[in-house]
Amino acid sequence: MRDLWSGPVHYTIQGVGVRAGRWSSPGHGQVKVTPVATQTLTVHQRAARSTVALKVLMAVTGIFLILFLLMHAWGNLKAFFGPEAYDHYAEWLKSDILYPLVPKGWFIWIFRVFLVACIVGHMASAYVLTLRSRAARGSYQRKDRRAQTFSARTMRWGGIILLMLLLFHLGQFTLKWFLTGFTASSTPYESVVLTFQQWYMVLLYALFVGTVCIHIRHGIWSALTTLGANTSRVARRNLNVTAIAVSALLFVGFMVMPVAVLFGGIK
Amino acid sequence: MKITLNIWRQANAKAEGRLERYMLDGVSEDMSFLETLDLLNEQLTAENQEPVAFDHDCREGICGMCGVVINGAPHGRYSSSVPTTTCQLHMRSFADGAEITVEPWRAGGFPLIKDLVVDRSAFDRIIQAGGFISVNTGSAPEAHATPAPKLEADRAFDNATCIGCGACVAACPNGSAMLFTAAKITHLAMLPQGQPERYSRVKSMIAQHDAEGFGGCTNIGECASVCPKQIPLESIAQLNRDLMKSLFRREGK
Repeated sequence: MRDLWSGPVHYTIQGVGVRAGRWSSPGHGQVKVTPVATQTLTVHQRAARSTVALKVLMAVTGIFLILFLLMHAWGNLKAFFGPEAYDHYAEWLKSDILYPLVPKGWFIWIFRVFLVACIVGHMASAYVLTLRSRAARGSYQRKDRRAQTFSARTMRWGGIILLMLLLFHLGQFTLKWFLTGFTASSTPYESVVLTFQQWYMVLLYALFVGTVCIHIRHGIWSALTTLGANTSRVARRNLNVTAIAVSALLFVGFMVMPVAVLFGGIK
Repeated sequence: MKITLNIWRQANAKAEGRLERYMLDGVSEDMSFLETLDLLNEQLTAENQEPVAFDHDCREGICGMCGVVINGAPHGRYSSSVPTTTCQLHMRSFADGAEITVEPWRAGGFPLIKDLVVDRSAFDRIIQAGGFISVNTGSAPEAHATPAPKLEADRAFDNATCIGCGACVAACPNGSAMLFTAAKITHLAMLPQGQPERYSRVKSMIAQHDAEGFGGCTNIGECASVCPKQIPLESIAQLNRDLMKSLFRREGK
C-alpha cells in the first residue's frame, strides 16, 4: 500500500540508463535530479497504482456522493408537507430503514461509514494526484487558458472550501454544536425553520450549495470521462449537458426550501 | 514587419534562465515562425552573440520536432486560427509591431537542455514500453486477409497522426502526457493487429508514463485544444476504458 501514497516514483526501463535531471523552474536555477528507484513492482502493480487507477477511485467515490446529494435534496422537500411529515422523515432516516433486515438504527451508521469512506477515498486520491501534478507541471511566465472551465480550475481549492462548509453544516444540524437560532432540544423541523428565517443563514447555505454545484459541474463530466463514457464528440456534448443539468437541478432542489422559509412559505 | 521577441534564454538545465528582449526588423509576413528565429540567430551571430537554441527538422508540420510556447500557448495556437505546429505558423498571424513571448515546453517529464530545447526522450521510453505490435514481418500480406471495420480504421488513423511533439504536455496544467499516450493506445487498440497485446500494452505504457514523472489527467481539455493533429479528448476515455479492463487481467496478459 505504501506506494499508493508515495507520489511519482521514477524508474528507468532496461537499456535506457539514468536520466540526467529534470526541469529547473524559472528564476530559481535549481535542478531536481530524479532519483532512479529500484524497480520492485511488476507492470501490473504499477498500472494498478497509476494516476488513471487513482482517478477511477476518485470518480466512483464522487458519483456515490453525488447520488447521496440528489437523495438529500429530494428529502429536504418534505418540509413543504409540514412539521409532522418532516420530523417523521427525519426519524425514519435514523431508525426504520432496512428494518427488520437489520436492527433499528443500524442502517444510518452503515450509511455514515460508507459516506465517510467515500469522502476519505475521494480526498486521498485528490491529494496524491495533486502532489504528482505539482511535481509534473511547468511554470510559465505567460500562460494562455484555452479550454478549461472555471469549474475545472477550482476543483482543488473548491474541494477544500467544500470540506470546511460541510463540517460546519454537520456541526449545525447533525451534531448541534453551532446553534443558529434554535436550541439543542428543537425538533429537526424547528431547527431548519428557525435557521433559515435568518437571511444570512440562507446566504451561507447558498454559498455552500453553490460551491457544491460548481464542483460537480466539472466533477460529473470528469468522473464519467474517467470511467470511459466520453466515446465521441456527441457523447462529450451529452456528458457536459448532463453535468450542467444535474448541477442546476441540485442547486434548485436544495435552495427552494430555505428560500421558502425565508419568505414565509414554510413556518 | 517589425517585432519584439521575449525569448527564454537558459544556458543549460542547471543555469538560471530568464526572458531576453530582442528587436527584429525586416520580418516578412510570409515567413514561418522558425524562419523568424533563423533571422534573429543570423543577427545574433553577426553581433557575436550566442544564437537561440531551438528544435526543428522537417518544417512541414509532420515530424514533431519543433515546438515552443508562443504567447502562452503551445505552437502559438492563440495566434493561429487553425491547428498548427510552430513551423507552420506564419508571421501574418501577428500584427506589425507585435510583442511575442517565446518559452520552451515546461514540464517535469521534459528536462530542459538549452534555451527553447527540451529533452522529450520520455516519449520514446513510453513507446518502447508497449507502443508497438510484436508480429513476424514477412512480405506484405494480401490486403483483404485481415478485415478492419471502417469506423475503427478511421479512429486508428486519426490517432496515428500524432507526431509526438509534446504540445499536449506543455499545455496541461498537470504536466500530463495522457493525450500522447492515449493516441498511441487508441491507434493500436482499434486495429486487428493490435489486439493480442492490447491490455498488457496499456498497463506497461501507463506505468512508464507515470514513471517518467508526468502528472494525471483532470479532463480539462487544454491538450486537445492545442494539438496540431487534433487528437480528440475522447482518446483519453478510450485509454481509461482499456486500463480498467486490463486491471482485471493477470500480469502480462
